[in-house]
Amino acid sequence: MNNKRRSFIKSSAAAGAFGVAVSAGLITPRAVLAAWPKAAFEATEVNAAVQGSLGSSAMMDSSDITLKAPEIAENGAVVPITVTSKIPNTDSISLLIPKNPTPLTAVFKFGSGAEGFVSTRVKMSKTSDVVAVVKSGDKLYSTKLTVKVTIGGCGG
Amino acid sequence: MAKSIKVRAKVKSGVTVVKALISHPMETGMRKNKKTGKKFPAHFIQEITCSHNGNNVLMADWGTAISKNPYLSFKFSGAKAGDTLKVSWVDNKGESDSAEAKIK
Repeated sequence: MNNKRRSFIKSSAAAGAFGVAVSAGLITPRAVLAAWPKAAFEATEVNAAVQGSLGSSAMMDSSDITLKAPEIAENGAVVPITVTSKIPNTDSISLLIPKNPTPLTAVFKFGSGAEGFVSTRVKMSKTSDVVAVVKSGDKLYSTKLTVKVTIGGCGG
Repeated sequence: MAKSIKVRAKVKSGVTVVKALISHPMETGMRKNKKTGKKFPAHFIQEITCSHNGNNVLMADWGTAISKNPYLSFKFSGAKAGDTLKVSWVDNKGESDSAEAKIK
């Protein structure tokens, strides 16, 4: 009985310390509540990255997504990529580069009125596929394209 | 980080095309300093928000693989010439910036 009392005091003291740490800003609430999916961006596997950012990893190939990227990129640090989705109700477009150290590159989430179109420039460490994943409702559609990289964009 | 964003927005037959250029180092955390052999700490934009009349038309989460001085282009409908479009970003160090542009 004495033992139980001891552990009860210990645990309540620990909980108290945690509360103090939070209020003192030692443990930032942002790290807990961040909208930015840290785990997904740090994932080294494509499936884990897709699962973490979009909640599912079951993808269907679709010809309604147009992925525009150079066939050969001379400089892997700047690879222009354009994605156009003709899928109705495109909620988001994600870009993944499977052979980069962390495949998940970007997730573009569209609000009302936005069209399924996005264009940006990415870094590629070596020759790899570029995968565009479109989320529409609960379903994921993807398409991919290979880009040859002669000079990598990571490391130095 | 003032004036890190350049935005152009243009309406053509109901669709607004937005083009934005942001000056940011976009350091991945993997690049090494050749002299010291130490890695440059990661410093990259994590979140981008583009809003038109308080309505978020595009929100993006970015990783480290977006190129230095990022370029972003997207399209949306429902805006007219003279409206303002706001673009803002937040990076992993908590720095942020925003810019407004008149839609032409």
